[in-house]
Amino acid sequence: MSLLAIENLSLSIHGLPILKEVSMGVAPGRILGVIGESGSGKSITAFSVLHLLPNGTDCTGRITLNGNDILSLSERDLCGLRGREVGMVFQEPMTALNPLKTIGAQVAETILIHEKVSKSEAMARAAEALRRAELPQDRFPLSRYPHELSGGQRQRVVIAMAIALKPKLLIADEPTTALDVTTQAQILDLLKRLVAEDGMGLMLISHDLAVVADLADDLVIMKDGEVVESGPAKSLFANMQHPYSKALLEASSHVPLRTGEAVEVPLLEVREVVRDYTGHSHGWWGKTTHFRAVDQVSFSIRKGESLGLVGESGCGKSTLTRAILGLEEVQRGEILFDGLPVFTHHHANAAVRRRMQVVFQDPYGSFNPRWKVGRLVTEPFHLLEEPPRGREREKAIAEALESVGMRAADADKYIHEFSGGQRQRIAIARALIIRPDLIILDEAVSALDVSVRAQVLDLLADLSGRFGLTYLFISHDLSVVRSITDRVLVMKAGRIVEEGPTATVFDHPKDPYTQQLVAAAPVLPADAA
Amino acid sequence: MLHYFLKRLISLGLSLVAASVVIFLALEVVPGDPASYMLGLNAQEDTLNALRQELGLNGTILERYVSWAGGLLTGDFGTSYTYRTPVAGMIGDRLWVSLPLALYALILSTLIAFPAGIWAAARRGTAADATVMGVTQLGVAIPNFWFAMLMVLVFAINLRWFSAGGFPGWDAGFFVAMKALTLPAIALALPQASILTRVMRSSLLDTLNEDFIRTARAKGLTKGQALWRHAVRNALIPVLTILGLQFSFLLAGAIIIENVFFLPGLGRLVFQSISARDLIVVESIVMLLVFAVILVNFAVDMAYAWVDPRLRRRR
Repeated sequence: MSLLAIENLSLSIHGLPILKEVSMGVAPGRILGVIGESGSGKSITAFSVLHLLPNGTDCTGRITLNGNDILSLSERDLCGLRGREVGMVFQEPMTALNPLKTIGAQVAETILIHEKVSKSEAMARAAEALRRAELPQDRFPLSRYPHELSGGQRQRVVIAMAIALKPKLLIADEPTTALDVTTQAQILDLLKRLVAEDGMGLMLISHDLAVVADLADDLVIMKDGEVVESGPAKSLFANMQHPYSKALLEASSHVPLRTGEAVEVPLLEVREVVRDYTGHSHGWWGKTTHFRAVDQVSFSIRKGESLGLVGESGCGKSTLTRAILGLEEVQRGEILFDGLPVFTHHHANAAVRRRMQVVFQDPYGSFNPRWKVGRLVTEPFHLLEEPPRGREREKAIAEALESVGMRAADADKYIHEFSGGQRQRIAIARALIIRPDLIILDEAVSALDVSVRAQVLDLLADLSGRFGLTYLFISHDLSVVRSITDRVLVMKAGRIVEEGPTATVFDHPKDPYTQQLVAAAPVLPADAA
Repeated sequence: MLHYFLKRLISLGLSLVAASVVIFLALEVVPGDPASYMLGLNAQEDTLNALRQELGLNGTILERYVSWAGGLLTGDFGTSYTYRTPVAGMIGDRLWVSLPLALYALILSTLIAFPAGIWAAARRGTAADATVMGVTQLGVAIPNFWFAMLMVLVFAINLRWFSAGGFPGWDAGFFVAMKALTLPAIALALPQASILTRVMRSSLLDTLNEDFIRTARAKGLTKGQALWRHAVRNALIPVLTILGLQFSFLLAGAIIIENVFFLPGLGRLVFQSISARDLIVVESIVMLLVFAVILVNFAVDMAYAWVDPRLRRRR
């Protein structure tokens, strides 16, 4: 018998249809993977199981959880089910915990809400739940606050909270999307272990096919509020039927066709660069500690080359990027662009600066919302001594927008009128408008859905061929780096630990850290078709 | 925590020194002679000299600052030129009216605003919320002296529950004195409570949208439990900031209300001293108020740390 059965669930919010006739089920001890891109309705399906829905929501259909008809239960009965029968793990571990309460109190709360036990007993059981989530008491006492933990550790606290009462169903909504690859692998292993130990059912929601493929017994693929395909994971991957599923699979492993050759002339040379930050002092008269963000880093990029830089958060990637862009001076070493120093007399060298541009990760936060697109894409003009004016300026805007597949008329629109993928195209247009030689792509496709990501990668490949661009591609996503770069640098704790042609490094990693990274990266099953 | 406390304490001390220098220099650098400003155009030269002597205007700037600041430290604020009594005593008497009045108003305002703000936020978008928003809008818009006059009319003249004004002094008994402060405190508290209610409401609404509230609900907490256990304390930081600002304002800003109720408070003293050009008194009160503001900020900083563990660093 199925633990959770969702049958023909349709849902609308203030009359706007969100889900259409969605059906799926989770059996005890099994893992159901729910896959879809943003807006596919996968999260709202999960929330409807807990009936934690926004005001104005209208549901029809049936949700049965362990014999309870969820849609007909009173709020009081639902509160009794939430946390006890169903545990939930969320996407963003940084904000999922109350910053003002200790982790012990927050885990114990799940127990205290549902059972009449003393506070000390609840704390003892909270300690046990945290231990099971691999946060042992000797290193992570109950008195810790969330801000004293890393993202991965916080996610373990959220998991401990969700499993404290050994619920029958665990719902994990993109539990690892915000985490580094190695942390992601650990959290997925933990979830898998807990499911096996407790015989729980797990509903694992993700946009990432590879993440789910490793874990799930059954799969559901959703698009625009509908289930397009479902079935046992093994057979589904081997034999996809629906065009959308196929497109999703293709996009996940998409390798853009690249033209253009790198020439043997270095464009950017980074030589033994060191960047220290001053840390906290110990007391008033104590020694101030230094934190070395970038440690003796040397590498070069040839003209027309696409170089990848991979590493986990905090490894120094961003500091290095800022140094290359001349936004931050380094303490030692030098950075040369086409033979010219990036920094001269403690100032960024304008002649060099106008030949590099950057595209950032967040397509929402990196534009001024009150400016029109035309003004946004011409921002880099301030780097030029004589920026084009009048008709010439209009022409430059139109060319930049058209080269990224937008229309010249889009210049008169505001940024909120565009989707995430379109915004990232506009960000690339902004980088292109002054015809730079080097574009630094700082996690530029990480926030995009897989199908949009594939399109943007194609665009980048096409542009590098057309304009002879050189890319420095910074990402934590190994599959993306693999698909678009010629060479790759692996960075850890401020140092480059391995460097070489991308395929060689990923297929035969030499450094233990690279081996760990490659092993942790989720992969699609080989027989997927 | 101790580290945080000591750091704040040092910053408090430094702020006080900086404030005293600024206030002292303000009187030094303003064009003209303070003595002739105080005495007016027709002053005699020997009267001017005597006043200059009294104001300590003779001597180097450093000597004058040291003797003035030293006086402040030992409680010698100088002698009022118009009243011919020690300023310290005058301020002390007034402070015994203004400080309790400000505290009284602050407590009332908090007692009104916290429940009203939380109540409105918990019922967002309902008639209850709209009512609270409407009433507080009025409370912010209507000047407090109008409330004051209305209350005198209703509670003092018609119902005769309270006296229309005046202060019997603390010697007359605690409750008698508090009763005399009640109408003024309400008049002062209402606009403040209105502002505070709105701040509390909007801060709480922001907090209720946070992810950890959703986490709490997924654990099985009811809406009310999630609000009380997780949202309220997280919503306090902006409320504490406003509360601190309001206390500083209440201490000195009650001039109009003190006038309506004939209360011998600091506000009236400032007003009278400015009219009488009694710079000695003005300077001392300004210093005192600055001291109060800095002290309140210190208390607010401590309250932040009490609320938020992220501010108490381990060391």
